[in-house]
Amino acid sequence: MKSIILSNRNIKGRYFEIIIRAPEIAAIAKPGQFVNVKVSDGLEPLLRRPLSIHKAGGQRKAKDSVVLLYEVVGKGTEILSGRKSQELLDVIGPLGNGFTYYPLSLPCRQAGAKRYPLILVAGGMGTAPLVFLAEKIAAGLPATTRGAGRFPRDYARGKQATVKPLVLIGAKTKKDILCEEEFRDLGCEVKIATDDGSRGFKGYISELLKQELSAKRYPLSAIYGCGPAPMLKEISLISQKGHIPAQVSLEAHMACGIGACMGCVVKTQNAKRKTQNDFVYKRVCKDGPVFEASQVIWE
Amino acid sequence: MGINLKVKIGRLQLNNPLMVASGTFGYAEEFNDFMDLRQLGAIVTKTITLNPRQGNPPPRTCETPAGMLNSIGLENPGLEKFIQEKLPFLKKTAVPIIVSIASEGGNEEFVTLARQLDKVKEVSAIELNISCPNVKVHSQKFIVHSKKLRTRLISQDPKSTYALVKAVRRVTGKTLITKLSPNVTDIAEIALAAQSGGSDAVSLINTLTAMSIDIESRKPRLGNVTGGLSGPAIRPVAVRMVWEVHQKIKIPIIGMGGISDSLSALEFFLAGASAIAVGTANFINPRTTLEIIDGIKKYLIKNKISSMKTLIGSLQI
Repeated sequence: MKSIILSNRNIKGRYFEIIIRAPEIAAIAKPGQFVNVKVSDGLEPLLRRPLSIHKAGGQRKAKDSVVLLYEVVGKGTEILSGRKSQELLDVIGPLGNGFTYYPLSLPCRQAGAKRYPLILVAGGMGTAPLVFLAEKIAAGLPATTRGAGRFPRDYARGKQATVKPLVLIGAKTKKDILCEEEFRDLGCEVKIATDDGSRGFKGYISELLKQELSAKRYPLSAIYGCGPAPMLKEISLISQKGHIPAQVSLEAHMACGIGACMGCVVKTQNAKRKTQNDFVYKRVCKDGPVFEASQVIWE
Repeated sequence: MGINLKVKIGRLQLNNPLMVASGTFGYAEEFNDFMDLRQLGAIVTKTITLNPRQGNPPPRTCETPAGMLNSIGLENPGLEKFIQEKLPFLKKTAVPIIVSIASEGGNEEFVTLARQLDKVKEVSAIELNISCPNVKVHSQKFIVHSKKLRTRLISQDPKSTYALVKAVRRVTGKTLITKLSPNVTDIAEIALAAQSGGSDAVSLINTLTAMSIDIESRKPRLGNVTGGLSGPAIRPVAVRMVWEVHQKIKIPIIGMGGISDSLSALEFFLAGASAIAVGTANFINPRTTLEIIDGIKKYLIKNKISSMKTLIGSLQI
């Protein structure tokens, strides 16, 4: 599908934000889903580039637009960064399964708490889809299809007190911190970790997460993570140790993005497993990219 | 002027000569959101084996200049689940279904699969995948005699090809297609062997064995080290091979290898293909096949050609 590029601008460093007009995608996109972008019309590069949806279907003027956030890391994203406003961009989407709310078992109801204690953990470009998720949470809307039917009614009706998740943003340096203001504008509490300590907590974001959890401020919670695989692995371990439900959005090189080629598989737990080494491959593009953290078998 | 796009492959009458290459279209479900599947000439399934296969370790694909490498390793649900879970949807498309089969051992598994599929009326034809470069499926004879030859594919030896096709031919009356490997010295020789064995058609080419290396990590880009190259990069090789085979055999050729638009599709017909299959291009534009059908119609009208028969093999030298 050809979409008009409304803008394509450099935010900072190697990070760009592209806005396209794609009413069909904007109308149904859910946080955690992605679009598959053909960055050029020619053979170089040949394959599409999967980019997670940063925002979609906003208010008024933004109703028909889809926003993508990307970092220039290779020739594909390099070419994309050179695309101009008003040009046509070939985009397929929305693809994949997004984040889901955990149904009735969620602690917010049990405790009658005013705070819905969700923790969003964003590493590097992983911030992109989590802003979209934070938006939906702030609006008190069921974010995705899976489990949405079982979503607490009070919450869906907006009776639940305003939801303010804790957002942990991890970045290499302070120059790489993305979307901090956007999260704050959505009413989130934001904490930062940088690898070099140039801002906030010095060290990996998973360490910061551990610290937060050990402070027992969130004894009952749920974690949503997106970022590099080692970070997601840590989140998975932490969540399982603390018996906190967690979902992670995985990244993978894809050929088709629609579930046909079986190229982007990840090892997951086999429900019917008979031996220790028993596993099933699942497609990141079609079965994911969001998985229950406990289901993924990490390398 | 009425345009007749019908072609015949064995006993199989196709409304048009557009197929999809095995392994690039799953079991068609994934493409239903993007296109009207009924417009296709035929659907070739992802290869199935008798038992389920998990496939090769990731990474399984990587991009290369004008192409890509894959080493999926024939991940599939196995025959039983295919019939139970995948075939009902395929049947609904009302398009001829060509089931691609492979063996994890010797010829016996091919024969068993063909015998079972022969009883399934929704299956229109069987394609023998004897050319997948990503699994070690080889002739029993080689296993016994020489360790060195163990990685040889059936489609890399005319005698093995002949023996297998003949064995499968005995157990099925359905249209039988043999898929050939380009990783040979003389592909026409293999095609002739398939024809002698009783194959109704040959499809060519499967992927070219290939490799790509990440110079920073000094590791192969594929989990399985080597893989198969596909995409526009291999198209000229495929066209040449279709032309070579066309001169030697009488049975129809299903041409494939880097077809991405009607211009590239037409090259294959001129070289002698009776039908063509779109592979890698399905990944980039799921509607490629339908766009090619339109393009071929336009070409035929423009050149006042009324049927595919006139076009096929009409290369002028």
